[in-house]
Amino acid sequence: MTTLAAPARTGADKAGGGWRRRFGRLPLHFVVILLLVIWLIPTIGLFINSFRPSADVQASGWWTAIFQPSQLTLSNYTYVLDSAGIWPAFINSLFITIPATVIPIFVAAFAAYAFSWMSFPGRNILFVAVVGLLVVPLQTTFIPILQLFGVFHLNGQFLALWLAHTGYGLPFAIYLLRNFMGSLPREVFESASIDGANHVTSFLRLALPMTVPAIAALAIFQFLFVWNDLLVALIYLGAANPQNAPLTIVVANLVSSLGSGWWYLAAAAFLSTALPLVVFLSLQRYFVRGIVGGSVKG
Amino acid sequence: MDPRLTTAVIVVVGVPAVLVGYILATEQVLRLFPQRAQPRIRPWLWLLPALAFLFVFLIYPTIGTFVRSLQNEAGTQFIGLDNYAWFFGNNGTLAALKNSLIWVVLLTALAVGLGLLIAILFDRVRYESFAKTIIFLPLAISATAASVIWLFMFAYQPPGTPQTGTLNAAVTSVGVAPQPWLTLSGLSLNTILLILVTTWIWTGFCMVIISAALKGINGELLEAARVDGATEWQVFKGIIFPLLLPTLAVVSTTIIITALKAFDIVYVMTNGNFDTQVIANSMYQEMFNFGSFGRGSAIAIVLMIAIVPVMAVNIRRFQAQEAIR
Repeated sequence: MTTLAAPARTGADKAGGGWRRRFGRLPLHFVVILLLVIWLIPTIGLFINSFRPSADVQASGWWTAIFQPSQLTLSNYTYVLDSAGIWPAFINSLFITIPATVIPIFVAAFAAYAFSWMSFPGRNILFVAVVGLLVVPLQTTFIPILQLFGVFHLNGQFLALWLAHTGYGLPFAIYLLRNFMGSLPREVFESASIDGANHVTSFLRLALPMTVPAIAALAIFQFLFVWNDLLVALIYLGAANPQNAPLTIVVANLVSSLGSGWWYLAAAAFLSTALPLVVFLSLQRYFVRGIVGGSVKG
Repeated sequence: MDPRLTTAVIVVVGVPAVLVGYILATEQVLRLFPQRAQPRIRPWLWLLPALAFLFVFLIYPTIGTFVRSLQNEAGTQFIGLDNYAWFFGNNGTLAALKNSLIWVVLLTALAVGLGLLIAILFDRVRYESFAKTIIFLPLAISATAASVIWLFMFAYQPPGTPQTGTLNAAVTSVGVAPQPWLTLSGLSLNTILLILVTTWIWTGFCMVIISAALKGINGELLEAARVDGATEWQVFKGIIFPLLLPTLAVVSTTIIITALKAFDIVYVMTNGNFDTQVIANSMYQEMFNFGSFGRGSAIAIVLMIAIVPVMAVNIRRFQAQEAIR
C-alpha cells in the first residue's frame, strides 16, 4: 500500500510545491527570526548606548537613537582608549591568556594520550577521578593556594595565573581530549608501533595532528575563560602588582572609579570583547567537530 | 632589556619549548630503567604534569578547605561540625540553598529545552550557521559585560519619566506601570530574571552540542518514517528524542553544575540582595567580606557534595560507554 501511496504523495507535493515552499514555511522563519531578535536586542541596546553621550543615556532609551543617528559619538570609546592603562592591560591580558591556554592543552594532551593508548593498572578509575574533580568550585581553592603562592613569592606574577588557570582547566581539558583521542582508529597507532615508532613519535606525528578539532574547541573555551576571567585575576594578582593587571581588572576599576559611569563601561565592555569575538568567529568551524568528537556517532 | 620583551619571548617561545622538551625528555629518563620496566613507568611520566597540577590546585586546596570547615573563624581551634550546623540552621543560607535549587531546576529546563528547540528549528533553515552564531555569541562575552548588558534591559525610572530600560519601555508602552524588576522578590521573580540572563548565555552551548548530535542521526531513518505517514511530532517523539537522550544527559550535567556554581551574574547584578542569594555567592561573602573562613569553607564543601551525585550518574554512563568501546 505504501509503495502505491508514496509516488502519489510526491506528485501532490510537486504540484503544490511552489505555494507550500513559499508560504508553508513562513511560520518557521517567523519563529527563527523572532528568536534571533530576542537574543540580539540586549547586545544591540548596549552597543548603541556605547555610542551615545552620557546625558542621553540617562535621559532616554537606546532605541530613540535609531531615529536620531546624528547624536551618536565616539567620545566614550576615545575616553576609554585614552584613559591610562588600557593598552598595557591589553598586552597583559595577552601575556596571561596565551600561556594559560597553551600549557593546559599540552599537559592535558600528554595525559589524554596516556589514558587513550597506554595500558596501566587503574587507568579507568584514575580517569574517572580526574573528571570527578570538575565538582570542585574554584572559590574552594583560593585561600590554600594564596598561602602556597605566598611561600614561593608568586602572588602578583603572571606565572601564578598561568599555573592556576592550568590547574583549573585541566579536568575539562583532559575529559575532552581523552574522548576525542580515544575515538581515533586503533589501527593507525598499531601500525605505527609495528613500523618502529615510539610513543613520542606517535604522539607528535599522529595523535596531535589528528586531534586538532578538539584542540581548537578546547583552545576557544580556555581562551574565552581566561580572557574573560575577573575573579581569579583579582585573587592572585590583586593589588599586589597593578602593572600586571589584565583588561578585566582595569575595566572593573574604571567602573568603580567612575561611580555610575555605565556609558563608559559599555564602550569598555565592547573593547574587551572584541578579541575573543575574533578568536571565536575564526575558530568556530572546528568547534562542533571538536567538542562532540566521536562520542555522538551512535 | 625591556621586561615586556623578555616576557613576550618567554610566552611565545619558552613555554612551548619547555612543554615539548618535557615529553622528549621522558624517553631519555626511561633509558635509565631496565627494558622490562619501561612500559610500566612510561604512562606515569606522561601523566605526571597533569597529576601534579591537579594535586596542587584542586586536591590539596580541597583538603585544606575541608579542614578549615571544621575550625572556628580564626582557624585556631577545631569545633567539629558547628559550621555545618550553622549552615543548615540559618535562614540566610537556607534561602540561598532554596534559590540554588530553583537555579538548578529552571536553568537546566530552560537552557536545555531552548537549546533543543533551537537546534531542531535552525536545522530546517538555510541560514543555519549564521543563526547559530548569534545564539552562541553571548558565551564569548564576559559575565561582567553580560551583566552590564542586562542591567540596561532591567533599568528602572520612576513612572512619568522616560524609561531607559528596554523591558520597562515595553511594559509602559502597553500601559502597565514600570517595575523595579531586580528588587521584585515575590514568587522569586528577580531570581527567575537572573536565571533568564544565564539562560541567554548558556543556550548557545546546549544548542551547538545538541545540533551536532541531531546531524548524526541517519536521515533515511526519518525519511522512512515520514513516508510511512508519521507526523513530525511522532518522528520527534519516537525517533529523534530517544536518539538524543545520551547527548541531553551530557548537556544537562554541564548546566546543572553551572547552575550550582552560579556566581558572577548574581555577584554583579544584585550581589545576593532582594532574596536572590545563591550558595556560591554566600560562600564568597562569608570568606572575603566577613572573613569567616570556617563558615565559607563549610559552604564550599556542601556545594561540592551537592554536585557529587550529578557526577556519579555521569561517571556510570561513561563506564557503560567504555564497556562497549
